[in-house]
Amino acid sequence: MSEAVASTQSMGSLNGDEILRVEGLVKHFPIKAGVLKHTVGQVRAVDGVDLAVRRGETLGVVGESGCGKTTLGRTIIKLTEPTAGKIVFDEQDITTYKRRQMRPVRRDIQIVFQDPYASLNPRMTVREIVAEPLRIHGLYRGGEGRRRVEELLRTVGLSPEHGNRFPHEFSGGQRQRIGVARALALNPKMMVLDEPVSALDVSIQAQVVNLLAQLQNEFGLTFLFIAHDLSVVRHVSDRVAVMYLGKIMEVGTREQIYGRPMHPYTQALLSAVPIDSPDQRGKRTRIVLEGDVPSPANPPSGCRFRTRCWKAQEICAQEEPALIPRAGGDHPVACHFAEVMKPLDLVESVAAPQAS
Amino acid sequence: MPEPVLSIRDLTVEFGTEDGVVRAVTGVSYDLYPGEVLGIVGESGSGKSVSMLSVLGLIPQPPGRIVEGTANFEGEDLLKMPKGKLRDVRGGKVSMIFQDPMTSLNPVLTIGDQISEAIKAHRPGTNDNAANSRTVELLEMVGVPFAERRVQQYPHEFSGGMRQRAMIAMAIANDPTILVADEPTTALDVTIQAQIVEVLKAAQRETHAATVLITHDLGLIAELADRVVVMYAGRVVELADVFTIFNAPRHPYTVGLMKSLARLDADQEWLEPIPGQPPSLITPPPGCAFHPRCAQSQGREICRTELPELRPSSDGGDHLSACHFADELTVTHVRVAAGAGG
Repeated sequence: MSEAVASTQSMGSLNGDEILRVEGLVKHFPIKAGVLKHTVGQVRAVDGVDLAVRRGETLGVVGESGCGKTTLGRTIIKLTEPTAGKIVFDEQDITTYKRRQMRPVRRDIQIVFQDPYASLNPRMTVREIVAEPLRIHGLYRGGEGRRRVEELLRTVGLSPEHGNRFPHEFSGGQRQRIGVARALALNPKMMVLDEPVSALDVSIQAQVVNLLAQLQNEFGLTFLFIAHDLSVVRHVSDRVAVMYLGKIMEVGTREQIYGRPMHPYTQALLSAVPIDSPDQRGKRTRIVLEGDVPSPANPPSGCRFRTRCWKAQEICAQEEPALIPRAGGDHPVACHFAEVMKPLDLVESVAAPQAS
Repeated sequence: MPEPVLSIRDLTVEFGTEDGVVRAVTGVSYDLYPGEVLGIVGESGSGKSVSMLSVLGLIPQPPGRIVEGTANFEGEDLLKMPKGKLRDVRGGKVSMIFQDPMTSLNPVLTIGDQISEAIKAHRPGTNDNAANSRTVELLEMVGVPFAERRVQQYPHEFSGGMRQRAMIAMAIANDPTILVADEPTTALDVTIQAQIVEVLKAAQRETHAATVLITHDLGLIAELADRVVVMYAGRVVELADVFTIFNAPRHPYTVGLMKSLARLDADQEWLEPIPGQPPSLITPPPGCAFHPRCAQSQGREICRTELPELRPSSDGGDHLSACHFADELTVTHVRVAAGAGG
């Protein structure tokens, strides 16, 4: 099946209110070897991704390390140049935009990184960090700029007095707030959030997750939320895309992905998460996949998941399954043998909790 | 109740830092019983790892310093044991699995040599052949495919999940009485985590070792632990069997932790975070260290002035809580497990 057909079908449910569309996005990194640094191979980090994001929604992207989710986020905002494919943001094709052309686009699409320790300049005060994007875009003017920074700090739950301190004086959660304030400075339309809470302790994670939700409501932001934590992604996302080895395996609403997953990989992922309730011990289907994720430099032929899949047949090695609705389902799934399975349902009914 | 295999009493550990003395662990007491899995849960800086590592002589001194306490293991106090003898205990009767197998495996020795060495070190007189076949057997047990060939490989030739299996094989090589697993799955992807959890279960079944599972992951605790120690700011704040901890906790921190978690199996409108930040361990808050973030304290003076003792709660002697108002907390405060979709 041609890629174009697949992409129209898989994105068929979206219409004119989309803010971002990527088609056939590819990002390969060369593997160099020898003294002359010959290219001996390619790491196919993102290898043909079609995605559309609606204005105001949160699209979650989940997958394990090495699946390409971080590269996807960075390529979409052109922190790295795509190898092939098309990126349309807010009705502009930005695929070939150069640095200068990207400048106004960068006001509208911002990124928040995973590690709040590494992403803030340790020699700058918090005020300088938050003011920096305003200065770069020539929007920081005297008292007004100062007031804007104070307002941003308050918006993310910090006090203006925090502005005079340095990043090392803050805890992980507060640093992530600073990163969010910086991303908000230019009133973006969209934010790419790359593992924004995974470095934080659970009690603090919830603070930052709630802050993001509140900001989304207040400013009508669109989020691309990249994370490996399936529980957090469920909580924040309207729709979810599941990635494996540079490809999207399944994409659907939260209800479709968590309630009626059809791809064996999605099912295995969901079944693998330990659920924080000892009452559910032994009452859930546990799919334990064999082996490790293959190298993205040399992905398996056909379906990339087939080497770990319990359903794999001959066709899986020969033909790559397109990402289309299948088996009577209403969301796109890239599996020849797609079928609903509900790994979160309990195998036998759980007794009602004792209310004493 | 059988005799505990390990009894820690009044353990206090400090670290000297540039900014002052950090009280990583203060007055910690708990018992480990034969064959059980004791979960120790807490966030970063709670002292969950230090409490165990200091007992095993695994914290650098200085900057670390064991201020007081005892750790009774088979009639002896580990904290007073000569270094050489303690080294024999470690890797022998007490063995460990760490978060990052890459830093705990020797990169210049083959996997097989490392495991064989561990066997021979604790069983003098074992010949090379016997050690080697035992190594292969152990690796097969933890699910390393082609074990016979892979014993000749080096750690960097193993994937993260396979390295963790090799670590587990080494840890159970000498039939330990106690197995300490410190964040054993934290660095791994979720599908690999699931594999390692199965291996851990099998290893525990095989050895019947009393297992200490140190983790921040409540899901892992729910899945594996029999009893749970909850730590906050260097102290034990609650101790009970795993069902009680999850279904009827009696410490506001435990309740807060449960409420702040996003759920995989249900939709929630908002998460309920614990407000504020974890306290400084150099100048901890007076009274109960949790009081500035506590939903239960409601500004009551005693929480600021008096350290709550870890004592039996009203629902029985085995459930300990260090909260002045433990009895105010009822089942209704908790997100009781409602099952899928509920």
